[in-house]
Amino acid sequence: MKNDDPRIGVFVCHCGTNIAGIVNVDSVAAAARTMPFVVHAEEYKFMCSDPGQALVRDAILKHRLNRVIVAACSPRMHEPTFRKATALAGLNPYLFEMANIREHCSWVHTDKVAATEKAIDLVKSAVAKARYLEPLESRYVNVEPKVLIVGGGVAGIQAALDIANGGTKVVLVERQQSIGGRMAQLDKTFPTLDCSACILTPKMVQAAQHPNIELMTYSEIEEVKGYVGNFTVRIRRKATFIDPKVCTACGVCIDKCPWKATSSFEEGLSKRKAVYRLFPQAVPGIPVVDKDACKYFENGKCKACEKFCEPHAFRWDDQDKIVEEKVGAIIVATGYDLIDPKLPSQYGYGKLKNVITGIEFERINNATGPTAGKIVTKEGKEPESVAILHCIGSRDRNHCEYCSRVCCMYALKFAHLIKEKTKATVYNFYIDMRCFGKGYEEFYHRLLEEGVKFIRGKAAYVTDQALTDAEQGKLIISAEATTLGKTLRVPVDMVILANAMTPQKDAADVARKFGIGRSPDGFFLEKHPKLEPVSTATDGVYLAGTCQGPKDIPDTVAQGAAAASVAMSLIQRGTVEVEAATAGVIDDLCSGCKICQDVCPYSAIGYEVDKRIAEINASLCKGCGTCAATCPSSAIVAKHFNDQQILAQIHALYAQEG
Amino acid sequence: MSGKKPQLALYWAASCGGCDVATLDVNEKILDVAAAFDIRLWPIAMDFKYKDIELWADNEIDVCLFNGAVRNSEQLHLAKLLRRKSKVMVAFGACASFGGIPGLANLHDRKTIFEAVYGYTVSTHNPDKVYPAPKLKVSEGELTLPDFFDDVFALHQVIPVEYFVPGCPPTPETIMTAVGAIIEGKLPPAGSTIGINRALCDECKRTKSDKPKIERFYRPQEILTDPDKCLLEQGLTCQGSATRGGCGALCPSVNMPCRGCYGPMPSSSDAGADALSAMASIVDASDEKTADEKMARLVDPLGTFYRFTLPVSLLVRSPKQPQS
Repeated sequence: MKNDDPRIGVFVCHCGTNIAGIVNVDSVAAAARTMPFVVHAEEYKFMCSDPGQALVRDAILKHRLNRVIVAACSPRMHEPTFRKATALAGLNPYLFEMANIREHCSWVHTDKVAATEKAIDLVKSAVAKARYLEPLESRYVNVEPKVLIVGGGVAGIQAALDIANGGTKVVLVERQQSIGGRMAQLDKTFPTLDCSACILTPKMVQAAQHPNIELMTYSEIEEVKGYVGNFTVRIRRKATFIDPKVCTACGVCIDKCPWKATSSFEEGLSKRKAVYRLFPQAVPGIPVVDKDACKYFENGKCKACEKFCEPHAFRWDDQDKIVEEKVGAIIVATGYDLIDPKLPSQYGYGKLKNVITGIEFERINNATGPTAGKIVTKEGKEPESVAILHCIGSRDRNHCEYCSRVCCMYALKFAHLIKEKTKATVYNFYIDMRCFGKGYEEFYHRLLEEGVKFIRGKAAYVTDQALTDAEQGKLIISAEATTLGKTLRVPVDMVILANAMTPQKDAADVARKFGIGRSPDGFFLEKHPKLEPVSTATDGVYLAGTCQGPKDIPDTVAQGAAAASVAMSLIQRGTVEVEAATAGVIDDLCSGCKICQDVCPYSAIGYEVDKRIAEINASLCKGCGTCAATCPSSAIVAKHFNDQQILAQIHALYAQEG
Repeated sequence: MSGKKPQLALYWAASCGGCDVATLDVNEKILDVAAAFDIRLWPIAMDFKYKDIELWADNEIDVCLFNGAVRNSEQLHLAKLLRRKSKVMVAFGACASFGGIPGLANLHDRKTIFEAVYGYTVSTHNPDKVYPAPKLKVSEGELTLPDFFDDVFALHQVIPVEYFVPGCPPTPETIMTAVGAIIEGKLPPAGSTIGINRALCDECKRTKSDKPKIERFYRPQEILTDPDKCLLEQGLTCQGSATRGGCGALCPSVNMPCRGCYGPMPSSSDAGADALSAMASIVDASDEKTADEKMARLVDPLGTFYRFTLPVSLLVRSPKQPQS
């Protein structure tokens, strides 16, 4: 294709009324007809529809077009669509150019006349660039047939099993001693009241035993490099001081260890040993030594554990190891945290001892928990009354604006469990009951019949300052009962706070490592809220579970499976198209100044020592253009965005023709 | 007219005279030039009258070496006149090629320049605010001066030019390369620049590190440089990487950073932006504040990076075409 004789076709999209409501599309098409080298221009209701794409194909053939411009939405939406349509008519897809007259024009303006003028200018600029477009060849690279899953909660486990069952290798990385995540901490699940551990542990065991899954617990991601299909991941495997190949997981060392630390799994309600498993059904069962709690690391004495270890599995010189894995896709399933219940300070958490959180109640109610499943107050007595306060931190502009989506349902579950095990009166203080899932509304109705008291009003505060004899020694909840239109004071023995789900504390760091964005609430940002719920801005990196936003178990598992399916479709494809619009070095112009070497975010630039010039690895290059902007010798060209093309666009917008 | 020898004209417009001195700087080789050419016009060496030039036939001159930028009506007239009389027009030196140092005047216009030069400079006494005007009536008649333009132009911006010989001034080697090519008739394709197509870094002997970083910027008088290490990495605003080679890296070889007088690289859209963005890219700073502080040490970035190329850069106000 020669550049001298461009024949440009311009197609202006109405996008229903999205564009045509503000921009006079007829005028834009008419103006396009007068632009240099434009031999055909038309407008159509929906260019992205099949008939719209057919218009492009037909016009290319009929008018012998060698450049195509569609003035429509953002290229992020439909550039691939029209590149394909262009290619179907036998034209190189990179001879297509998009003018964004929706996001950049009709959606952001109200003045119809000015918006139409701007749309014409945007088309003019695209026409100016189109003249200089050059055909580019797409290239394909092989996909590493292995998936990295970060986070061993139920989302990560589900994704790992689905992928492994499909025959693809998985590396499942979990930073704690055991996989299982939050779900392992829960006692029962709503609305079916299955034992959480009973349904989760079989999956954990399956994951551990699966020949296609390599489990890396007590490990964290250090660094991620590469691109879709070809990531190189460095994983820190923290020192456990126990040789997993030798240890039989008999647990004697745990029994014999005299040193204790607070158990995070039990939410600080009880202690664990310095050599420990996260919980009795932990997978893997091999314990780890907590260096901070172990006295041996403090004063060089003790080793009680080792004395009783028959297989001699202790390795006191164990050190953190960095392992490198090559994977084709990554699923981030790093889960959630809970808001510090002290932050909404009016509920007295930390000051009033019988104010506890939902997750603490899960442990209290659990047979393996700190009270062996007995619902008792801190004084060890069965409560006569319990209040469950909804929306602590959630739906609250002072803390988290969003709804945490699971609290209403677990509050119902708690009420049922308390009723089942005790004679206590149970109160739910709620704003709205949000029972949207399968079987959820039915569960709510069941609870209404179990004598649970529902008070429609968010609790204002919790106090131990009694005003009447009946309130003496109690926790008093003050709330406005909106259905009664009056303020109530309700004395109870135990208060459970349904505190908000939040992003993990290190979410910013994780987002940076994997190149994913975050929404204003701090959770990881999916590529499209409706149509691409598991993809991210970085190709080949997918999301699963609550790291993307609050979810219940069914949704989490579904998203885990969804992430597995998109990762698998990438792996199954076997190859991935890499950016054709990459940067290239003009060898004759490069003087080898090396200024470009350090600016490439993808480490795609090398140095040819013999020729004393820079060299770009086209497979690694994403076409970001940083090196082209940096190169002082103008020896690097960013294809599809070269100076000539960009300057032509600027001239078209700001200067006279030429 | 002497028949066989090629006819040579040399002319100066908005220039300092350095290009002419450089031409003499080829030393005894000037005799070869004199032997090879019939020198028809050279204001610095020979007397001449404009009307003589006007009498020449079109294309009578084989080669015209035109140095200096074009910034007034007289220079424009001569540029056009010599263009008509010459087969080959050569923009000689940085000013003719890119506008050169006079081109920095494009930051201003005629009015502000006159107000400064004939107004408020310390040594000026001009209470009546008399500024140069193209025509002035006095009792003896009308006095005229060339019209001073708002903009300074590179030669090719006002007339078609066949070749460019860059440099402030061009080195004797570059001049002899150009002259030699003319004598031997081995001229490169029209539009070519005499020089090499790689950046000056290619000719520089200093060593560069693999991941160059600039710790802080220095002006040449502020630092005793390491004679073997890349000047840019030592914090001097050496523009060698953004400048066409061909001078033999003269300045860096004597511890002075390249000032960019051989002009932009062949594929460059803007030499100043090339140099500035390259330096900004390797300033050693991990956050914006540090980057700002370090960049603030870079004195007069515009005068530094566009010292020779402002009129041909992307930094143009709506250009005002010269009146003819």
